[in-house]
Amino acid sequence: MTMTRTLLPAWSLAQREVVRFLRQRNRVVGALLQPALFWALFGAGFHRGFQVGGGEGDYLKYMFPGTVALVVLFTAIFSTFSIIEDRNAGFLQSVLAAPVTRSGIVLGKIGGGVAIAVFQGLLFLALAPIAGISLSVGSVLAAAGVLVLMAASLTALGIAIAWPMESVQGFHAVMMLFLMPMWLLSGAFFPFTGAAGWLVVVMRANPLSYGVALLHHALGTGEAERAGLPDPVTALAVSAGFAGLMFVIAQFIVGRPGRKD
Amino acid sequence: MSDDTPAVSTTDLCRAFDGRTALGGVSLTIRRGELFGLLGPNGGGKTTLFQILATTLPFTSGRVSVLGYELPASAAQVRARIGVVFQAPSLDRFLTVGENLAHQGHLYGLRGTPLETRICECLELVQLTDRRKDIVGTLSGGMKRRVELAKGLLHEPGMLLLDEPTTGLDPNARRDLWDHLAALRDRGVTCLVTTHLLEEAERCDRIAILDRGRIVAEGTPEELRASIGGEVVTAVPRAAARLEPVRKAIEDCFRVQVRAIGGGLHIETKDGASLGHDLLRGFSRDLASVTIGKPTLEDVFLKATGRRLE
Repeated sequence: MTMTRTLLPAWSLAQREVVRFLRQRNRVVGALLQPALFWALFGAGFHRGFQVGGGEGDYLKYMFPGTVALVVLFTAIFSTFSIIEDRNAGFLQSVLAAPVTRSGIVLGKIGGGVAIAVFQGLLFLALAPIAGISLSVGSVLAAAGVLVLMAASLTALGIAIAWPMESVQGFHAVMMLFLMPMWLLSGAFFPFTGAAGWLVVVMRANPLSYGVALLHHALGTGEAERAGLPDPVTALAVSAGFAGLMFVIAQFIVGRPGRKD
Repeated sequence: MSDDTPAVSTTDLCRAFDGRTALGGVSLTIRRGELFGLLGPNGGGKTTLFQILATTLPFTSGRVSVLGYELPASAAQVRARIGVVFQAPSLDRFLTVGENLAHQGHLYGLRGTPLETRICECLELVQLTDRRKDIVGTLSGGMKRRVELAKGLLHEPGMLLLDEPTTGLDPNARRDLWDHLAALRDRGVTCLVTTHLLEEAERCDRIAILDRGRIVAEGTPEELRASIGGEVVTAVPRAAARLEPVRKAIEDCFRVQVRAIGGGLHIETKDGASLGHDLLRGFSRDLASVTIGKPTLEDVFLKATGRRLE
């Protein structure tokens, strides 16, 4: 029963998501190019005079894990745009009329979002040597694990936002007002040390900060301690907790009776 | 479930939403194996009733059973046994025809060889076997609709529900789709189709006319036409401005009820030939044409609602 009504449909929905993504080349390029541009421009702009933990720092290196997080954020969130398109086009209606559990729909969406986001994140990770970060099998595997966790929470967050929405425009507003600040205040862009006191409070309350910190640890950038980012154990615990919470919220929102009920 | 339970049975079905009554007490029985049409104007409640039967919309009160299963309690059983073709296209245009069907099969728990077999059978049925590897976005409107039909049939449903399936199709594709529906009915699949087109309703075994959330007439197209009795004479005045005076004059002269609809005057009568003849003699200056015909479903709708079906 679980197999036919939840797992098989979830697998199929995830697979569809990946195939769609690969057939829309501009999406593949777009989600990589914008973060790469951010990274190159900010890296060049702040190259001299970047202070971290009281000493001179390498901004290109510091910002690299945060840029990978941005790639994952963009890709995961954009993958949930399809919910709005599917609702408007009619595809979603036929899924809702099928004997599929709502968990199957959520799992499928997350599965697809994770597959795409991790694929993009790993592609971007190949640029690490340019940032002066040397990769090893171990660090890539660890980073991949972090990306899965991060992508799962962000896709679930995207589902929770997209499910009740009627237009992609509304989603863009949420992206600019909520998701971009979330990324800017995650330690991806500037370190905890040196930020104003109230800002540090916000940054510590931001679940994405822990994902970014975890990436620093996984890649062994050596910047996490100097920048005052959370330690690996705390970072892992909070990231896992965030993913779990987002899954429950997404599940709740998708399982709710629709607005027209 | 035994096969003598009706395909659909609703008793006093109501749905109110935002203080508006979408369905105001619909009692309806659809027998197994029939091609049943829900005819009515847009906004008359067809789509609401359709969505309730498709389990995608809740209702306020009344009873509904589909293929012997009560809603909403047994929605999961109903979903597994019905095929639904919504008005809005539900195909993924980035996937091929085959991929769309495989995905649909997975949603209904089909996989492996049984799924492959069904995909081949359904494509054969809608004559699209050679299009299996085509991306859906490249197909014509008529072909897309046929893929939707194949999608709805994939899990061998006992009943197929189709909401305005010919919307946006050219006349050939329309006729084609109705031929497919008739063929399905002949294979024993109950079909429920909503439409606002009279010529489509004519092709159904039985129809119900839904207006303002209520069923105003129900029966076979012949029964409904027979309920009018006799013939319908339609007279068109020479000048549109003279419609009302001419209507009044004919009513007074022949002591019959004359309805003005569009630019014409409709009169129901037992003997159309003699009334037509008298009209031509008595009103030749006022009338541009007089036609005599058997009652149509349009006349049935008109009689039941006092309005034209638009």
